[in-house]
Amino acid sequence: MNLWVPVLIACAGSYLIKLAGLSLPESVLANPGVQRVTTLLPVAMLAALVAVQLVQSGDGAGPYALDWRVLVGVAAGAVALLLRRGFLVVFVVAVVVTALLRLLVPAG
Amino acid sequence: MPTRPDPAARAAIWRASVGIGVYAGAFGLTFGAVAVASGLSRGQAQALSAVLFSGASQFALAGVVGAGGSAWAALGPVLLLALRNGFYGVTLAPVLDPRGPARLLTAHLVIDETTAMATAQTDRPAQRLAFWSTGVVLFCCWNAGTFVGALVGSAVDTDVLGLDAAGPAVFLALVWPALRRSVRARWVALAGAVIALALVPVAPGGVPVLAAAAAAVLGGLLPQRPGPEPEPAPA
Repeated sequence: MNLWVPVLIACAGSYLIKLAGLSLPESVLANPGVQRVTTLLPVAMLAALVAVQLVQSGDGAGPYALDWRVLVGVAAGAVALLLRRGFLVVFVVAVVVTALLRLLVPAG
Repeated sequence: MPTRPDPAARAAIWRASVGIGVYAGAFGLTFGAVAVASGLSRGQAQALSAVLFSGASQFALAGVVGAGGSAWAALGPVLLLALRNGFYGVTLAPVLDPRGPARLLTAHLVIDETTAMATAQTDRPAQRLAFWSTGVVLFCCWNAGTFVGALVGSAVDTDVLGLDAAGPAVFLALVWPALRRSVRARWVALAGAVIALALVPVAPGGVPVLAAAAAAVLGGLLPQRPGPEPEPAPA
């Protein structure tokens, strides 16, 4: 089967979804209630994304398969955030802590 | 005519964009390697990074193909994951106010990172700069990473390098400024995470994160106290 066809449909679909969101009429967006909701949308969805990625970080079979080493790595990144560090530091801290834990405590 | 952000603010936005770019490069490397290991060609991996340009959807497609499913079966999860970007477009439309042909280019860059970076800024010029600098840097790094990853293939085990911690850590960093600014945002974030986690065992991929939008709707429509929200005392 040619994989290109579904690949290109996925590309087109993804683009049209992005364009549709940007193209809502201004009358809808001017509503103050809508504005408060749209400000909070990225907060709710990014927080959900973090939570879902964390519980799916392990190799386990069930729906919740948390790899505690990833959790500790991300927690170390959160400490860097509390210390007001930038993205790069948070990224490096989380990755290095996770990699070190994997090296020191291999999966049983 | 809005004033341009001052040089220090501009420099801070560019620094943050480059930080996200490094992450995107590493993550693109992972995607390239996973994609060719899943049976996609190098050209298909690159096309996904350049044209689909939405990490979660790309990994979903590679994941389904790699698990032996047809790419047609992957279209459902891929588009469900991409729906999030539609919501982000609604958030960004009044901020960026794209018109005419500019809207077509703007739409391509509407993703998690650009939305979070733009909404983390407090005035319009800074928000626009953050969107475009993050979008352009991330696009270049994501595609360069994909290219190298598809070339070296499974020669690198990105989990050993701890790169699977990069996603949650960077998204946490992206949502952080909003959490610092507003108590309401913290409750919305918490509620969003709880909703998504509750749905993980029962809903198909992409749906738990979409459902978290309900927390934003609730948080936005609940009555607002007059005046700015008080800053919480530091813990």
